[in-house]
Amino acid sequence: MVPATYFIALSVILFVIGAVGFLVRRNLIVMFMSIELMLNAANLAFVTFARQQLNLDGQVIVFFVMTVAAAEVAVGLAIIIALFRHRETLNADEVRMLRW
Amino acid sequence: MIPEISWTILLPTLLVTGTGFAVLLADLATTGPEKDGLGWIGIVGLVVTAIASAALWNTQASGFDGTIVLDRYALFFNVVFCLAAALTLLMSMDYLGTIGLRSGEYYAIVLFATAGMFLMAAANDLIVLFLGLETMSIAAYVLAGIWRPDLRSSEAAMKYFLLGAFATGFLLFGIAMLYGAFGTTTLTTITAEIGPSADLQRTLAFGGVALLIAGFGFKIAAVPFHAWAPDVYEGSPTSVTAFMAAGVKAAAFAAFVRIFMHTFAELAVDWRPVLALLAVVTMTVGNLAALKQTNIKRMLAYSSIAHAGYLLVGMVAADSLGGAAVLYYLLAYGLMNTGAFAVVIALGKRGEPNESLDDYDSVGLRHPALGLCMTVFMLSLAGIPALAGFTGKFYLFSAAVGQGYAWLAIIGVLNSVVSMYYYGGVLMRMFMAEDGKDVQGTTHRPYLTATLIVTTVGTVALGIFPSWAFELALGAFQSLG
Repeated sequence: MVPATYFIALSVILFVIGAVGFLVRRNLIVMFMSIELMLNAANLAFVTFARQQLNLDGQVIVFFVMTVAAAEVAVGLAIIIALFRHRETLNADEVRMLRW
Repeated sequence: MIPEISWTILLPTLLVTGTGFAVLLADLATTGPEKDGLGWIGIVGLVVTAIASAALWNTQASGFDGTIVLDRYALFFNVVFCLAAALTLLMSMDYLGTIGLRSGEYYAIVLFATAGMFLMAAANDLIVLFLGLETMSIAAYVLAGIWRPDLRSSEAAMKYFLLGAFATGFLLFGIAMLYGAFGTTTLTTITAEIGPSADLQRTLAFGGVALLIAGFGFKIAAVPFHAWAPDVYEGSPTSVTAFMAAGVKAAAFAAFVRIFMHTFAELAVDWRPVLALLAVVTMTVGNLAALKQTNIKRMLAYSSIAHAGYLLVGMVAADSLGGAAVLYYLLAYGLMNTGAFAVVIALGKRGEPNESLDDYDSVGLRHPALGLCMTVFMLSLAGIPALAGFTGKFYLFSAAVGQGYAWLAIIGVLNSVVSMYYYGGVLMRMFMAEDGKDVQGTTHRPYLTATLIVTTVGTVALGIFPSWAFELALGAFQSLG
């Protein structure tokens, strides 16, 4: 059996990729995808801990997180479209009417 | 086994959610100016909820397998949230017409955000907290961008959404680590297990606590997690800005205080220095940046960052006086800050928001009543005696001194002095400057007048008779056990 530490290490790596991606990429959609990666890294950590400790809480939590993430996507994409209609750009650096 | 459904515990949340649905239904039957009436449905629902919360004051119950609690702490916050939401709806009824945004869903979304706040204050489980936080935040993202024809509103919504979701990522990963450390997300169980935990558990727990601080730091706009606040406060419709400052911030503190000052009280030695550092940086950066702002909403945004710093001072005290001071200050801050934003709304008219500080020249001379209200709010925010802001700061700083953090209190007082400069600057412009441009004031805007009266009277009353509110706050904090 693959030890739980490996899964946790993977989830930390995914989380860091997401966080760094959010900070260095400038395309709004890619930044958004980076956030999703962070949430899914947390999901991986939840299932790993759940299996390690033999309780189901962590597995159930993942469903909640997925539902919330879906709601967030719906609102987030709507906001990005609303902005795109004004600016015709998805570059975060060009969205600076308010000083960023 | 399916846990029993405890209706009493959910009562306040259900009332607010139900009101939200009622507003959505009534929205179908109304058109044009009639939509202002939807605000009334919301306000009545919120008043009923506040009364119900007050009636439940002596209840101490937990349900849904101990994941949601109904204690005085949650009930105190329920009243604060109801107040913030009701004042927001009240001023929105005049404001939305001004900016040409008469939409029923606005009122409903404010109510749904409030329901999320209720869950945050009542959460005794990290996942319930997460769900409440997201219910509130997603609603707040929509509110920030609800004025779609306005570019600034869309831009504010985008920034708020991206950085808010980023913060959520940190919070969630923190929760995952705590779950890994303790094998549960229920706060009561975590409290019981903190003491005897082994080495690996401690590492995970510390990681989790650090990530939670980052996540909450974003939500309360503490430096260095504050970058979103000025842009979002400036770009959002003003009534929404007021709601964010009074409601969303209070909700974030509700959860922050419950988790850190109660659940992680055992770890206080470890998180106190971190929060003390955050408090110093937040107060100082917030106040210094506010000095050079030329837009009033942006200035109030930095002022709100500084106030998050003052509140952190109360948390650093980590005793019941500090906790009660935070609760009291959130109530006071909600009143005075909502009032200040109501004045900002009063100055604007259609197509002419008048949010630059230059627009405040001589306003106080031409509209003395408006000038008087603004004087009360600015002096209270600066912390002048006999007003709510002063007593609040007094409680916060004396709690810190009582716990041996005198140096922190001194930095706080010095910061208040700095803040006098920019709050006083607004008043100087309103009363000393000559020939500014004519602004609308509150003429023919009864709801805005009502908001100003409630907030002014509230700010003064809380300042003159602070003890009853502080006793309530103390009782609320002590109900945490």
